[in-house]
Amino acid sequence: MADWQIDLIKVVFIWVWALLIAVVMTWVERRASAMMQDRLGPNRAGPFGLLQPLADGIKLFTKEDIIPERARKILFILGPPLFALPAFSAYAVVPFGDKIVLGGKEIILQVSDVNIGFLYVLALGAIGVYGMVIGGWASNSKYSILGGLRATAQLISYEVPMGLALLTIVLLYGTFSLREIVLQQQGTFLGFLPNWGFFKQPLGFIIFMVAAYAEANRVPFDLPECESELVTGYHTEYGSMRLGLYLFGEYVNMGTLAAITVSLFFGGWGLPYVDMSRFLGPVSYGIASFFVFFLKQAFFLFLFVWVRWTVPRFRYDQLMGLGWKALIPLGLINLFITALLVQLTT
Amino acid sequence: MSIQFSLKGKGGKGVAKQLETICITTGPVEVGDYVTLNIGPIHPAMHGTLRVITKTDGETIVSAKPEIGYLHRGVEKLGENLTYSQFLPITDRLNYCSAICNNVAYEMAVEKLLGLQVPPKAQLIRMIMMELARIADHQVCVGILGVDLGALTPFFYLIIQREEIYEIFEWHHGARLTNSMGAIGGVEADLPERFHEKWPKLRDTIRKANDETDKLLTHNRIWMDRTIGVNAFCADDALNWGFTGPMLRACGVKRDLRKEEPYLMYDEVNFEIPTGKHGDVFDRYMVRMLEMEESVKIIDQAYALYKELPEDAPLMKKVPKIIKPPEGQIYHAIESPNGELGFFIKSDGSDKPYRIKIRPPCYMVYQAFEDLVKGEMISDLIACLSSLNVIAGELDR
Amino acid sequence: MSLKDRVADILGKDLVALNEFRGDLCIEVPKGRIVQVLAKLKEEGGFDFLSDLFGVDNLDLYAKAAKKKKKSQEESEDTGETKGKESVQPRFEVIYLLLSLSTNERLQVMVRVPEDDLELPTVTGLWKAANWPEREVFDMFGIRFKGHPNLRRLLMWDEFQDHPLRKDYPLEGKGEERHLNYDIA
Repeated sequence: MADWQIDLIKVVFIWVWALLIAVVMTWVERRASAMMQDRLGPNRAGPFGLLQPLADGIKLFTKEDIIPERARKILFILGPPLFALPAFSAYAVVPFGDKIVLGGKEIILQVSDVNIGFLYVLALGAIGVYGMVIGGWASNSKYSILGGLRATAQLISYEVPMGLALLTIVLLYGTFSLREIVLQQQGTFLGFLPNWGFFKQPLGFIIFMVAAYAEANRVPFDLPECESELVTGYHTEYGSMRLGLYLFGEYVNMGTLAAITVSLFFGGWGLPYVDMSRFLGPVSYGIASFFVFFLKQAFFLFLFVWVRWTVPRFRYDQLMGLGWKALIPLGLINLFITALLVQLTT
Repeated sequence: MSIQFSLKGKGGKGVAKQLETICITTGPVEVGDYVTLNIGPIHPAMHGTLRVITKTDGETIVSAKPEIGYLHRGVEKLGENLTYSQFLPITDRLNYCSAICNNVAYEMAVEKLLGLQVPPKAQLIRMIMMELARIADHQVCVGILGVDLGALTPFFYLIIQREEIYEIFEWHHGARLTNSMGAIGGVEADLPERFHEKWPKLRDTIRKANDETDKLLTHNRIWMDRTIGVNAFCADDALNWGFTGPMLRACGVKRDLRKEEPYLMYDEVNFEIPTGKHGDVFDRYMVRMLEMEESVKIIDQAYALYKELPEDAPLMKKVPKIIKPPEGQIYHAIESPNGELGFFIKSDGSDKPYRIKIRPPCYMVYQAFEDLVKGEMISDLIACLSSLNVIAGELDR
Repeated sequence: MSLKDRVADILGKDLVALNEFRGDLCIEVPKGRIVQVLAKLKEEGGFDFLSDLFGVDNLDLYAKAAKKKKKSQEESEDTGETKGKESVQPRFEVIYLLLSLSTNERLQVMVRVPEDDLELPTVTGLWKAANWPEREVFDMFGIRFKGHPNLRRLLMWDEFQDHPLRKDYPLEGKGEERHLNYDIA
């Protein structure tokens, strides 16, 4: 099999997996929230409501597509794909497993191991912001504009702490490439702790997590789309599959951020103390590493859901205050300490 | 935007004159570059059909004019055409979150007009049911305050307990929401038999739900940031605007009609009146949470007093089938979950009241809305509106 | 000192009538002096809380009384000389419900408003709580309040013509509808 065919299969796999995560997350969100709120979730469409996402998808596809008269038509149509596509594209650099040997060829389980790694993800996140902003502005309605305004300010300001946290990772590992960072996180540290970024960079992890919640527009940072104030904010005027793209894009974004967290801070596809390649064959090792990665990602996705249904949301000025007055100074202090320690230990 | 109107059956004369004297839009406009945001009668955070026309400067509110009347059903005019007992189901639809309190307030007003004193067993049953309705109303208010601020989970814990209270109402008088409890002269039915086993369990689960809500919200940093210091209001202003109920107690004035002008048998039970200090959203939330606790205590004591009465104690005073009170006018107020709910009834000697005026507690509170919200942000407006517990049925009648 | 005596003491000759029924005290004061009376009651009487403010339309009451009088006059064969001497009673009343926070006493203050002079001075200077109730009285009865900051209709829509709570307005209404045409810019 030629290289490009292998890459094509990997791309298709990534797309299907990202979509599946988004679809299953809608079900997980509703059932997990029901569990936390002492009620049943959807349980009519199929056993345990497992066909509920299918029902939702069919509903969204078959609804009438309305473009409001006062909206700017081209931008209105451009908004949702501009939001959803960068989220999908970010999966290209996610290392979802180690090597797999098929037909004598060694294939790394990552679509493309570019040497700018997570810088690419940050850049795509910035483009994703455009999707929300254009959606809000093009709708030409006051609630959407307020949502778009809030989205702009929030997402751009929280990219800075995220960048600062990621800079410390670069200092620690000396590379942007995600695969290299995961490889460097195998083994143990100080004798008994796994060599994960979480133990070497606890403050960086916290800053990154908070910024990730803000980038993903999830409670407590979901002001651009909060229901009680702005009647769903920037996607008020959207219906049918355009809205579907916004909602899907949000879940895919969540998946990407969870994957990045796992890769940078929690050792990616490796189990903590066990080196699986020693007792598993080459094919099963690849599959096993994928499963380990997927389990870790699933935990962080569940954490997104858990936090959403527990805490209230911020007010706008408190949110900006947290980003600029709390996280950025913390990020800078973290950067200096890390730089100092790296300099002293090498 | 131009408004055209058509009047059937009345000439258009005088309309132009009325247009001159009445501002159709929102009153005199402030000079400046402000965005008019209409938080309209249909909105996820409006409790019923309320409308607020705000002018905002970015996120800060420059002016917020409330507009009411979307749920005006002419209840007072209806009252002039129905007999005294026919009016009772209509009082349910005033504050529909705690309908029993409206019923009892009306019944007590008519009994004052007639000069009746209800037997003690009926008084205790009324007390128990009113306190259960008070707990139900506060549960909804606190739950919705959480939902509007983004904390969606405590609402479910509280609503499940409200369902249990509804079950008791259904056993007693057959309806869950619009109760029409009792009659002029007393109560029609005794406490249901299943109440005696249910109450010990229910008081524990109500306390547990309140406890869980408390753990999720009260010391949560985000909740405290959202509610402490928001809409702080001083006591003098509150009294000038005519506030009563939890809104006034949150501002620091220790005033509760159950203690100041005791009715039924409230002077024979012990309970505290929780008061706040600053009158902000956090104080209103805490006052309501603590009042739920006090209501449980009141029900316990009333129930103990009830058990001391003999089984066949009378439930109703003898009242003629067609009630014709003597001529005169009275005003009687009780402490409903929202504040002072009063009924002014003027009778002309016939079987229909001549004039009924209902004094809704949230009416006086909502007219101060612009003062409360000016200078705050849009998110604070939503928090304020939820914490006022404005119920459109009571506001518009 | 009982409430009756205290009120009579404070108001002096402003007190036109006094009525007590089932423990509720209702006093009547002249129309032009209402603001001064309420200010006196607020400062000297200690009635510092305005509970409510509303109107009453006495049309049916006077019609019934007139009918009863006519019947009793016919029965006693009076020649009706006294009929013309009676002046027309003022049709409307506006009642202010006051409460004293320190002594928990309530007082009803009544003002009679004749149909040909539907104006009263506003009390929003004394209590801000009178803001919406006065608008509602204007909406429902047509009594205007001089000096009110924002005298518009409250419960009915702005272009509505009639005053619904008057006794000559039928319960079913007169079929008014509100049509709104918005021009979209």
